[in-house]
This record gives sequence, C-alpha cells and structure tokens, in this order.
Amino acid sequence: MSGGLDGPAPEERPTPDGRRNSQGIRIDPEAEAEPEARRVVLSALVKHEPGVLASVSGLFRRRQFNIESLTVGPTTDQDRARITLEIEEPDPGIEQAKKQLQKLVPVIAVTELEPDAIRRELALIKVDGSAPDQVGAVAEMYDGKTVDVSQESVTVEITGSEQKIDAAIETFGRFGIHEIVRTGTAALERGTRRTT
Amino acid sequence: MSERTTKQRETDADESTEADASDASPTTVTSGATSTVRALENAGIEVMFGVQGGAIMPVYDALWGSDIDHVMMAHEQGAAHAADAYNVVSGQPGVCLATSGPGATNLVTGIADANMDSDAVVALTGQVPQTMVGSDAFQETDTTGITAPITKNNYFASDADTVGDTVGEAVALAGSGRPGPTLVDLPKDVTNDETDREPGMPQTPETYTPQDEADEAAVDRAAAAIETAERPLLLFGGGVVKAEASEAARSFATGYEIPVVTTMPGIGTMPEDHDLCLSWAGMHGTGYANMAINHTDLLIAVGTRFDDRLTGGIETFAPEADVVHVDIDPAEISKNIHADYPLIGDAGRVLEQLDDAISTAPNAEAWREQCRTWKVEYPMDYAAPDDEPLKPQFVVEALDEATSDEAIVTSGVGQHQMWASQYWTFREPRKWISSHGLGTMGYGLPAAIGARLAADPDEEVVCIDGDGSFLMTVQELSVAVREDLDITVAILNNEYIGMVRQWQDAFFEGRHMAAGYSWIPEFDKLAEAFGARGWRVDDYDEVADAVEEALAYDGPSVIDFHIDPAENVYPMVPSGGANDKFALSEEQL
Ligand SMILES: Cc1ncc(C[n+]2csc(CCOP(=O)(O)OP(=O)(O)O)c2C)c(N)n1
Repeated sequence: MSGGLDGPAPEERPTPDGRRNSQGIRIDPEAEAEPEARRVVLSALVKHEPGVLASVSGLFRRRQFNIESLTVGPTTDQDRARITLEIEEPDPGIEQAKKQLQKLVPVIAVTELEPDAIRRELALIKVDGSAPDQVGAVAEMYDGKTVDVSQESVTVEITGSEQKIDAAIETFGRFGIHEIVRTGTAALERGTRRTT
Repeated sequence: MSERTTKQRETDADESTEADASDASPTTVTSGATSTVRALENAGIEVMFGVQGGAIMPVYDALWGSDIDHVMMAHEQGAAHAADAYNVVSGQPGVCLATSGPGATNLVTGIADANMDSDAVVALTGQVPQTMVGSDAFQETDTTGITAPITKNNYFASDADTVGDTVGEAVALAGSGRPGPTLVDLPKDVTNDETDREPGMPQTPETYTPQDEADEAAVDRAAAAIETAERPLLLFGGGVVKAEASEAARSFATGYEIPVVTTMPGIGTMPEDHDLCLSWAGMHGTGYANMAINHTDLLIAVGTRFDDRLTGGIETFAPEADVVHVDIDPAEISKNIHADYPLIGDAGRVLEQLDDAISTAPNAEAWREQCRTWKVEYPMDYAAPDDEPLKPQFVVEALDEATSDEAIVTSGVGQHQMWASQYWTFREPRKWISSHGLGTMGYGLPAAIGARLAADPDEEVVCIDGDGSFLMTVQELSVAVREDLDITVAILNNEYIGMVRQWQDAFFEGRHMAAGYSWIPEFDKLAEAFGARGWRVDDYDEVADAVEEALAYDGPSVIDFHIDPAENVYPMVPSGGANDKFALSEEQL
C-alpha cells in the first residue's frame, strides 16, 4: 500500500524513561503498584423526581463502577430524596464516582461518609418451622425478632451492620433457610456531623 | 430552483429581507406548543432543523407564526448534525426537532455525537399523549430513557403551564458551563393543552453551578511549576474553543514562548502556521506534536478530556510530565490522566489567573529548538508523482489554497477526515467542524448545511467527504438544493471505506472483508440528479479548474475526486501504543 512519510524510524527515536499506571498516575517503573480498592458509602441528596434513580443506576452501570448496594428513600423535605450507595473502588475510582454523580443535574450534593458512620441493613430470614423456640433464641442473640410464624416456617427480622447480618444468616443456616431478603445499606454520619 | 418549504421562508422571500430580528414579534402563548416556541424565541433561537410527524405537529403548527426559521431536513440524523455544526460555527445553541418514536431514535446518533464533543444541541421530540405513555402506543419510545446517557440532562414535559420554562432551561443548560446536548420530550397533550402562562427568560437549574475561577493557591502552585519547567508544552483542546478563550490561549503561548500542540477539536485555537504551533497530536497527529508530548516535563492541558485517540496507551502518555489540567468539568480532572495541578474553572479566566501569578517565563530555548528540529525531522511531506493516481493530500491543499482563511471545513469520518485535518492549515477556531469523539460517518454533509446557515456569506463552506461517509447522509443534498445553500462537497473517492481497508492492511493481513465497493454511484451525476452541480476529477491537471468552478457556483456543488485507492494515512500511532512510536509507513506498524 502506498503513503508514507520521511523521518527516523520508531526504534531510532529517543525513548523517555517514565511510565504511568492504568489510572494515569506517574509511577516509578521499578515499583509498579496498582492502588487497592476501598469500600465506601456515598450519600447523594437528589431532587425527588421521576428518572433520578434510573440516571444514577445507569451512570454506575455505564461507567462500570463496582456497586455493592443502593437504597433510596424520602427525606424530611418532600422535594428531596436520599440515595445511599456502597461502592468498592480504588481511590481514583471513588473520586470519579463522586464527581460523575455530582455532575448529574438533579443531584444536589454528594458526600463520602466517614469510615465510622452509622450503617444499617435489614434482613428478613424465613427458616424451617420445625424448631420455633430455638429460632427465637437465635433471633434474640442478634437483637432480632420473630415477625411471622406458620406451621412450616418462622420469619425473623434482623437489622444491623452487614457483618452482623452475614453472621446471623450463617447461624440460621442450621435450621434450613427457605428464603431471605436484604435491603441495601442505609447510613448517616455520627454525632453532629451532617451527612450532606 | 429555490422553492422554499416552510411558511417562514416563503415570507422572507416575498417580503424581501427588511424584517430584522429586532422587529420580530413574539409568539402569543395560547398552548403548550406556543409556549415552547415562545421559550425558543426568548432564548434568541433563529433557526432550527427538523422533520415533521404526528406527535410533534402541534409544535410545528406553533412555528407557523414565529420568526424562527425552520429547515426541513431529509432525515432526523441530519437535523441533529446540522444543529450541532450550527452550534460549533456560531457558538449559539443548535436546535433540532423530531416526532416521537422513529423521529426521536433517528436523532440519537446526532445527540450522542454532540455529547462526545460537548456541543450545545437542544433536541425537542414529540411524544404520545401522557394518557397513552407506557401502553406501547403507535410511535411511542422511551425517549428520555434512551437518551439519558447521551445528554447533559433531559426532560419529560408534563404540564402546558411550565413547558416553556422547561424548554428555556434546556437551552440555557446546553450552552452553559461545559456545553452538551439536552432534550425535552413533549407529549402531545402537553403541547395541545391551553395555557396563557408566558415562559420566563431561559435559566439554568439552581443545582447547576459551574465554577468560573480556579482556587488561588492551586493557581500559584501551577504557576511556580510553569516558571521552573524546562520542557513546557501547552495542549489546547476543544474546551478552549467553547470558552471563547483562543485569544487568551494564544497570548499565553506567545507571551511565555511555550510550544503548543492541540487536540483535533482544538485545531485553530493556535494558528497552525505559527512558529510555536506543532499542530495536533494523537493517532494521526504530526510526528513533532507526538514527540513533544512524550518528551515534555510539564504538560499544560487546557479544555481537553484526554481521549484515547489523543493519549494512545495511558502508560506511555507524556511519561516524563507533571500535568497542569485546566477544565470547567471537575469530572474530567484525573479521569484518564492524573492531574498534578488541577485547575477547575473557565479556560479563559484560569489562563488569566495563571498569567497574573507567573512572574518569569520558563527558560525553554533549548526545548523550543528541539521542537523546531522535530518539525524538520518529521515533515508532513507526501509524495505526489504525476504518473500515479491523484493523491488526496494534494486535493486538500488545492482546496485550502483556493479558499479564504475564513473558509469552514466539515468532514465525514475516515481517511479523508485525517488528510483534511493534516493538510489544511487552520488559523482560526470554529473552522474545522468534524465528528471527533463519536466518529460518525455521514456527519459532513448535514454539518455543512448547519455550518452554512451559521456562517457569514463570505465564508466558504467546504465538506471534505469520503465516498462511504457521503453515502450515509447523501439525501441531505436535497435540502441544500431546496434551500439554495452555497456549499462545496469534495469527495475523496477511493471506492473503499478506506480507513477500514487501512486497518485490514495493517492488522488483518490485507483481507479486505467488506471494505471495497465493487460498484459505486457516479457522484457527479448523482449530484445533478439532486439538482446540484457535479464534477468528476481523475487527474492532477483537472483539479484546479474543478475547484475554481465549484467554489464559484452559487449553490451546492459536488466534486467527485477519484484518488489513489491505495493511499494510507500517516503518521499513525497504533491504538494503545506510545505516541512517540508513531509509524511513518506500513512497514513500521
Ligand atoms: C456510522 C459509522 N459506521 C461505521 C464506522 C466505522 N468506520 C470508520 S472509518 C470507516 C470508513 C469510512 O469510509 P469513507 O467515508 O469512504 O472514508 P475513507 O476512509 O475512505 O476516506 C468506517 C466504516 C463509523 N466510523 N461510523
């Protein structure tokens, strides 16, 4: 094929020594370390209008942010809703996620919560009904309560941190779990710190 | 010939051109549709591009009495591209209009294109009445759902009383901060409903607050880095054009004598024949621009999003450089390339701030000399032997020479686009109108229509197109003829979708699967069939005459240049490669 220009060939050109990692950060070429992923909770105050949740979830899907959980609910202001997201990303990814969220026009404010923020999930766990007393005892161990009992099954409600709920589900496993349902994380800053 | 197609244009033709904008009487608001039109008038919209259809008919009807000009396009994609180019040339928002369903989906490519290039395009789409939304009614599509990821924001209008304000907001938002496309979906009941509420003047939403000035301390740190840099390099992107900051950018470059490379959308921010300008960098950018990028120790990037066609492989991009990144969109900072000195704000304003903060120019004479040496070492000189078929680069240079410095160039996507941007010498911004980020074949012709309507009459509009790209939107030639638009289309016809063939030669062992046309229309005759003028050129000695005649013709003209089908575009950085390892010929790939 034709075409072509004059000049020194690629291997005849001086090559710079430096290098960047895949995040575009300049690094020491000897010690190439990719940043580790962190798990954080982002809280977004948004306009309470149709399509906002779709925009937020669409954004996270399209930009391939690793989303662990997403919850949405009203606030004391009826024109505003709060979306709580948990993501697991390296720092540059977390920064990008926050900025991209903030860029959506119906998003009013975005904060990354402190590591010690109050975080809660809720789970409903339906287990086999053959040992209701033992199920009740285990529920109490996890500050949970029995919310429904039938011939075949007992349903327990547990709230708490994700780890606590994981542990509860594991314990209830020995009764034989029929079904579970879990919410995502709801979170607020502690003390007088404001979430957004 | 110029039979006008809209009522407005008939009125213009009949009543001469006395009526100027200041006499324009605003539309009286009686319905959601008239409120929509009134909002566009309030926003200063003078022209829009569209195609009629059921759900949008009330809006069209409301245009009957308006002073806004409407250009009836052949295809909604053409309407979106025309609106896009109108925006790039004029700096004013471009507006396009389509019906629901297929009308809206036909706009999608153009909206996505505008989104990638941050162009202020406002799309208004008809929608089925709200009572029927969700019922899979005739020509119903989820337009706001489909366009959410490709708009800056979109709106579903639900009330005749507020629809005008919503449209005004969509126009204001499209053009402010980092521009981008917006869309308003207009259910037919909303546009038909009665209202006498007049929309206010267009306003951006209260949650939208782009930052104008960069943080002072950050500016001081960046200024200190610039003062001490040994090999500083400016990189001007399309954001410089959007911010009307080309003058500020030029005086910054010349004031501190810092060499400049641009991105493709940044072409013209610095005159390409200026001693400090190294032209544009990236996959098919100049060798000297790419060498400079990979050897600079301080890259001062203004209004660019570090697209992969610019950076090549991230690992090897500007590997010696600290990066100063000026951008109005915080989300662009450290998205692809880490910014050591992030400066969020308006490009022109931040350059002023930097200028105030810098006390001494960097001492970079040796570096400037190095850049000059690279210009000599890697010249953009192609061979054009008379005994070989016509070279496309020669055609581009001939067109550049025959036109004024004010000429506007649009293009399709492919090899011809690269030759146009390499061999045309641009001296001003808003002259190179192309589909950069999305790479949309078929952009060129409708863009020439939009550009023509935005440009001054003495600015020539030339579309440098590929045969494949031209075939994608050729129907818009009917619009150019009907509207009597003076545009010149130069097809660099290689009877291939050439860029694909080039990649097949380089990376698929020359297997030309679905790349060649075994038959292709005679474009000069096709042009004549549309009512335009057509020429066919095969040889060097026919080029000058055809160019002269086509430019002289006061209407749409098409020159079908049959070029060397084997010609390839160089330099070339293979995707993901290091910019300074560009190939100068196929053997080097
Ligand atoms: C809508 C669209 N479809 C497919 C492509 C992929 N593509 C990129 S360049 C190219 C070839 C363009 O051919 P032509 O317009 O004749 O220009 P040439 O490369 O021959 O100058 C193709 C098919 C594209 N960019 N856009």
